[in-house]
Amino acid sequence: MLDVLTNVLQTTVLYATPLILTAIGGLYSERSGVVNIGLEGLMTIGAFTAAVVTLATHSPWVGLLAAVAAGVLMALPHAIASVTFRADQVVSGVAINFLALGVSVYLVKAMYDGAAQTPSVPETLKRLPIPGLDQIPVIGPALFNAFPTTYLAVIVVFLSYYILYKTPFGMRLRAVGEHPRAAETMGVNVFRMRYVAVLISGALASAGGAGLSIAIGSEFNETTVAGHGFISLAALIFGKWHPFGAFGAATFFGFAVSLALIGQIFGLTAYVPSEVLNMLPYILTILALAGFVGRAEAPAAIGKPYETGGR
Amino acid sequence: MNVVEMKGITKRFPGIVANDNIHLTVKEGEIHALLGENGAGKSTLMNILFGLYQPDEGEIRIKGEKVHVTGPSMAGKLGIGMVHQHFMLVDPFTVTENIILGSEPTIQGRIDREKAEREVQEISDRYGLRVDPRARIRDISVGMQQRVEILKTLYRGADILIFDEPTAVLSPQEIDELIEIMGNLVREGKTIIFITHKLKEIMRVCDSVTIIRRGKTIDTLQVKETDENRLASMMVGREVSFDVEKEQREPGETVLSIRDLRVADSRGADAVKGLDLEVRAGEIVGIAGVDGNGQTELLEAITGLRKTKSGRVRLNGKDITNLKPRSVTRSGVGHIPEDRHRRGLVLDFSIGENMVLQTYNLPPFAKGFRLQYSEIQEHAEKLVKEYDVRTPDIHTPARALSGGNQQKAVIAREVERDPDLLIAAQPTRGLDVGAIEFIHRRLIEQRDKGKAVLLMSLELDEVLKLSDRIAVIYEGKIAGWVDPSTAAEEEVGLLMAGGKSGAEVKS
Ligand SMILES: Nc1ncnc2c1ncn2[C@@H]1O[C@H](COP(=O)(O)OP(=O)(O)OP(=O)(O)O)[C@@H](O)[C@H]1O
Ligand SMILES: [Mg+2]
Repeated sequence: MLDVLTNVLQTTVLYATPLILTAIGGLYSERSGVVNIGLEGLMTIGAFTAAVVTLATHSPWVGLLAAVAAGVLMALPHAIASVTFRADQVVSGVAINFLALGVSVYLVKAMYDGAAQTPSVPETLKRLPIPGLDQIPVIGPALFNAFPTTYLAVIVVFLSYYILYKTPFGMRLRAVGEHPRAAETMGVNVFRMRYVAVLISGALASAGGAGLSIAIGSEFNETTVAGHGFISLAALIFGKWHPFGAFGAATFFGFAVSLALIGQIFGLTAYVPSEVLNMLPYILTILALAGFVGRAEAPAAIGKPYETGGR
Repeated sequence: MNVVEMKGITKRFPGIVANDNIHLTVKEGEIHALLGENGAGKSTLMNILFGLYQPDEGEIRIKGEKVHVTGPSMAGKLGIGMVHQHFMLVDPFTVTENIILGSEPTIQGRIDREKAEREVQEISDRYGLRVDPRARIRDISVGMQQRVEILKTLYRGADILIFDEPTAVLSPQEIDELIEIMGNLVREGKTIIFITHKLKEIMRVCDSVTIIRRGKTIDTLQVKETDENRLASMMVGREVSFDVEKEQREPGETVLSIRDLRVADSRGADAVKGLDLEVRAGEIVGIAGVDGNGQTELLEAITGLRKTKSGRVRLNGKDITNLKPRSVTRSGVGHIPEDRHRRGLVLDFSIGENMVLQTYNLPPFAKGFRLQYSEIQEHAEKLVKEYDVRTPDIHTPARALSGGNQQKAVIAREVERDPDLLIAAQPTRGLDVGAIEFIHRRLIEQRDKGKAVLLMSLELDEVLKLSDRIAVIYEGKIAGWVDPSTAAEEEVGLLMAGGKSGAEVKS
């Protein structure tokens, strides 16, 4: 029985990690007032870049770093369109999703003789046990023998809380998402804050995507990301745009994603078809995105382009 | 010494010259009033001084030096601070966070919250501003929010303070406090530019006054050497009468009847506690009272914007308790709401569209499911002209209008529907004296046509002048009725403060 529990915990942590990183990425952008539907695309470009660069350099760490850089680059058009040109942020985000998927699938085909997926990546990130702690019964093997990305995700959560709530940068970022004109009258550069926020979201979401192709999985194809970006966005909303809230919600979604696996362990699939279990995270996502939860807590200026000198 | 000199400032917006070669000179240590009609260009001029807008022409000198105010942070460096007509506060933030935003004290990269709170407390004590540094903006009163705005400028070390219509949103008590604060500020060596439409306030606190009309400077005067009538006529360009002419009338049938009404406020506490009220055809009933005694909740309950807990509201004998706002409107209620931004206008819709917010789906504005834009435009053109709403055209979004002109648009729409019951909450808030005269005449006209008017105003003057009967509201109940033709201000004031009245004239 304890084995089962360990197993449940382990898969939850495994699947939650990319969601946490991506949701926190989205948090920066949305807290600054820029909707980021493009998380899906940012994850895609991260997963793709990580796989390809790891294959080429044989170092998953270089792959991860490259993914972060690619994410920043991919987020740039979103920032330009929605901040500088005041385009509709949802439309711009959707464009990022199409662009990222199109570019990655095309490049995979071009680079690997028309194959639909990358070759299998042999040098993926490896589980990193924390000596001592991983010996704790039940939770030790689940929490303290995880992928480095998991530790990274947890650090990012706490660091983001600190940055957003304890530093001037974070306070300005939140102010810009609530009342940009007030922030501007206080000498805060609204455009710069929003650019930085969107680019950070690119970096983190891309790192999340990398986890899918060089930690959980070991290749990239068209279905590697499969909605994880949208699920992260839902986690962000469920989590009321707060780092710890997003962390909790993403972990819960991780649990929902791993339910299909866990269902087999428990023999649950005898009663509920595994397809239904697989649908669960997506149904929760639709509920969140359709506005059944959390709308009242959204940053006040979210989705509204800002214009200096307007009224 | 002249601390502010603005010379030949011109600023154009699409379809309008908001500032047309304006001159303004402000001396050190004075309170300088800026007076002008709604839409005259006062806010625009001050936004230029504060760096939010760039002038098309003209030059600005601060303490003798020629400057280009490229943005608010530049204004901050020059010692200019501004309290905006519409507050610039981040609602979910605390008082302290709002004040330090943009120039946060830190230790090792972290915001030094304790130091900030201490400093805020210090400045607040020094000028008698009384704020709670830890309170959240959304939980505090409008008056305190305004003091936070003042603190924001002082925290940055501003010595030239711009107050854009600070008294429009305040209750008379809060205005007295603000005026005291302004005195403290000047004593500490600050210079204040003060925008207000209330001539009394100018006479009371200002040293000099600059009058602008339709974007042009008319004159700058010493307050000592002028009087209210002269200021009013200079600003409007004609004689203005401060008295309203009103003939005696016999009221008719009861139009609005409220029985034992109970309404909770947003926090769930009882705000209206068993209130009875009647308004008859052909009379204006004024509600006098100190802000926060249930006025807002009462009006929201009548208009369907807030659910009642118990009690009955009847209109012409028909029960309208807890009907949807639309049904209340349809049954013959007009509402000039207190908060025009939240309740009165859709800011991103054009003026024309705003004029048919309740009637867009009825003929002649709609035929079947199609809007009849030609009718809508014609209607809007007529109202804009009749009510003197200053706008480049009817396609301009409501957001672009000056505060006072937004208010005039709301009034035009509501009065024009000719409702059996017209509810007017602070109808002249933010209006210039000329516009006030006009609106007052309109309200009396409605009464003379046999309509019922329920007037809520925090300004005792206005209530006394317009009403046929006055209900004084205190802690959610009508504390007493007063006859404005015989009552003295003191008597009403006593009732407002919870005292008992000797002469109850409930008829
Ligand atoms: N950003 C803007 N875009 C377009 N028009 C504007 C803008 N700002 C102001 N205006 C126009 O400029 C004119 C002057 O407006 P302003 O707000 O300066 O008036 P005001 O004197 O402050 O009036 P009030 O007493 O009603 O506040 C108005 O006609 C207004 O519609
Ligand atoms: Mg103004």
